[in-house]
Amino acid sequence: MTTLTPVFAAVAQILVLVAALAAVHAPLGAYMARTYTRPDHLRVERLWYRAVRVDPDAEQRWTTYLMSLLGFSLVSVLFLYGMLRLQSYLPWGLGFSGFDPAGAWNTAVSFTTNTNWQWYSGEAAAGHLVQMAGLAVQNFVSAAVGMAVAVALVRGFARSGTDARVGNFWTDLTRGVTRILLPLSVVAAIILMAGGVIQNLDPHTAISTVEGATQHVLGGPIASQEAIKDVGTNGGGPFNANSAHPFENPTPFTNIVEIFLLLLIPFTLPRTFGIMVGDKRQGWAILGVMAGLWAASLALTTWAEMAGPGAAPQAAGAAMEGKETRFGLAASALFAVSTTATSTGSVNSMHESFTAPGGGMLLFNILLGEVAPGGVGAGLYGMLMLAVVAVFVAGLMVGRTPEYLGKKIGRPEMTVVALYVLTVPALVLVGTAVAVVVEPGLAGIQDPGAHGLSEVLYAFASAANNNGSAFAGLATGTPFYEVTQGLAMLAGRFIPIALVLALAGLLASQTTVPATSGTLPTHRPLFAGLLAAVTVVVVGLTFIPVLSLGPVVESLS
Amino acid sequence: MATTTVASDLATLTRHSMAGLRMLLAFTLVTGLAYPLAMTAVGQVAFPWQAGGSLVQSDGARTTSRDEAVGSALIAQGFKGAEYFHPRPSAAGDGYDTLASGGSNLGPLNPDLVASIEERKAAVAEENGVAPADVPADAVTASGSGLDPDISPEYAAIQVARVAQARGLSDADVADLVARHTVGRDLGVLGEPRVNVLELNLALDAAN
Repeated sequence: MTTLTPVFAAVAQILVLVAALAAVHAPLGAYMARTYTRPDHLRVERLWYRAVRVDPDAEQRWTTYLMSLLGFSLVSVLFLYGMLRLQSYLPWGLGFSGFDPAGAWNTAVSFTTNTNWQWYSGEAAAGHLVQMAGLAVQNFVSAAVGMAVAVALVRGFARSGTDARVGNFWTDLTRGVTRILLPLSVVAAIILMAGGVIQNLDPHTAISTVEGATQHVLGGPIASQEAIKDVGTNGGGPFNANSAHPFENPTPFTNIVEIFLLLLIPFTLPRTFGIMVGDKRQGWAILGVMAGLWAASLALTTWAEMAGPGAAPQAAGAAMEGKETRFGLAASALFAVSTTATSTGSVNSMHESFTAPGGGMLLFNILLGEVAPGGVGAGLYGMLMLAVVAVFVAGLMVGRTPEYLGKKIGRPEMTVVALYVLTVPALVLVGTAVAVVVEPGLAGIQDPGAHGLSEVLYAFASAANNNGSAFAGLATGTPFYEVTQGLAMLAGRFIPIALVLALAGLLASQTTVPATSGTLPTHRPLFAGLLAAVTVVVVGLTFIPVLSLGPVVESLS
Repeated sequence: MATTTVASDLATLTRHSMAGLRMLLAFTLVTGLAYPLAMTAVGQVAFPWQAGGSLVQSDGARTTSRDEAVGSALIAQGFKGAEYFHPRPSAAGDGYDTLASGGSNLGPLNPDLVASIEERKAAVAEENGVAPADVPADAVTASGSGLDPDISPEYAAIQVARVAQARGLSDADVADLVARHTVGRDLGVLGEPRVNVLELNLALDAAN
């Protein structure tokens, strides 16, 4: 037996993760840049495009790109809705009935928007076909949609003087799935299976335990779904306990693999960005801000969980309620911070039972807009929108027209960015405010006092930011929450995407201006510091009142 | 004028949606069927025991047959007998119900949670003849999954005397078995040290 202190082991565990991410950063970043920029197609891809009858080489204006994206997402919602409703008639249904209309709506929107909010319990509601051919397909394509939008925005910066052409949605979508997400998922699924994650098509069978009780052995194609759940920062687990479930996440080794997978693409995309705009240092600056915010959040959350303040952790001797023995405090905090700082929302421990400052930090990660490092694609475009705010603020201070990457940030650009920054906070605050004054909203609250408000705030923050994790004591399997959460997820996904693509179009139409001695360098620590400050201040000011009534009050009591 | 724009926008959206539908069907075939079925085939060939759920027989041996299995090494069972090591409290259904995995989701200041922690602590202390202050945190808190297969080495240690007495074994023999079923951190630094309860209990049954 080793005699490592828990703190030393916690730090070493983080270093293992960081080293693994650093090792793949440059090669994967370059591979993704090549994937999205190379003009040629594989032969099998040509057949694919011919079969689905799209022209992969047509450069789309941002409006057309958005239409393709919305059309694809619309049929995705309808297709998944139909599959969920009709589950009882489909093969591999395990005898489960179809979802009710409100529940099917919520789940169809949830998976299409990369949120993966789950009001239902997978092992008691969803059969194998729905999991594989319904939910997991959206895990792939919704992730690829996010990456496509990010790449379109980067093209807006990189291109000069086009008539708002930002790429081809169908090509970006196809390549994102087949050249990036699918190969990574295959490798990940095999590693997870070797580590003990199940992968079969068996039903749930009752067996007799050692003491003669009855227990069901679960079946399902779990490793394949687990892989894309993490790689695509989706987060919707096949089982209710998600990555706390031993069949999804059996060991501390599979745990670090899953954390690695969910951080992999978000932390690597800044490299892709740097390559595509022809200046890798720009990518380093973005990466630095993401990593700095992630590390600060991780330090605070890990400290809170290991210190264990609050009545229940103090009574028990440690904050182990809702945590698994094999992970303990440190590996649970590491997973929790990584899943809320990306848009993943899978959990290896129950966030609602975290200490008040720890749980509050997780909520803050989501409220930041999930930009440190954020969801696949969504994190990068979110951080680039904030970078535009940062250069605008800097421009105001020195009285020059702000520029970012050779593009002028004028009134049209800033209008789009301002709308982007306001959209999600408005959804979160209005949604929370409505839920705490109407009877069906109040009915779902579990915990008394300030924590009850935190439950509702977390739910709407999670939905509108497309995270999907929860303070799961809140009973959301009701029509009120299913419908309102569905609306929050939908608006929180597609309004920001439309604004990002609009900005991409505006930028792609501009001619790049050369940098002068008066241009603010955006690759230096000074700018990175400004960007981090803008990220925290903009969000902090928006949410300080409601955070004060929720997690802050809890932490002080 | 405005109505024609809306109508043409809708027509455009419909056209893109049809292309989207064709693409979605193609992705469903590739990522929704071919990928998981291929992974299932890989699992059955390369990792049949793990892919099947890490099932074990009553003598502790591995099996892939559900008919021969008494449980999964990865899933807690609600051992109650004095002659067995006991798992952590479970909030999965009525306890250890694999069809209802999950935690209590009670908040850190919840008075009901504080009360049940105090109750569990008193019960565990009395059952094992130790002081309440010696009961570790994992013994009195519900896990995240409700199916946590492990307990901490500390929780195993306070159960040794009770199990040894119930089985007529020496404390040293049982403690030795616990030590052999104690696993350190993965790769030395990942996660926490732990004892798998089902494997330990099956080893006890095999020992006497």
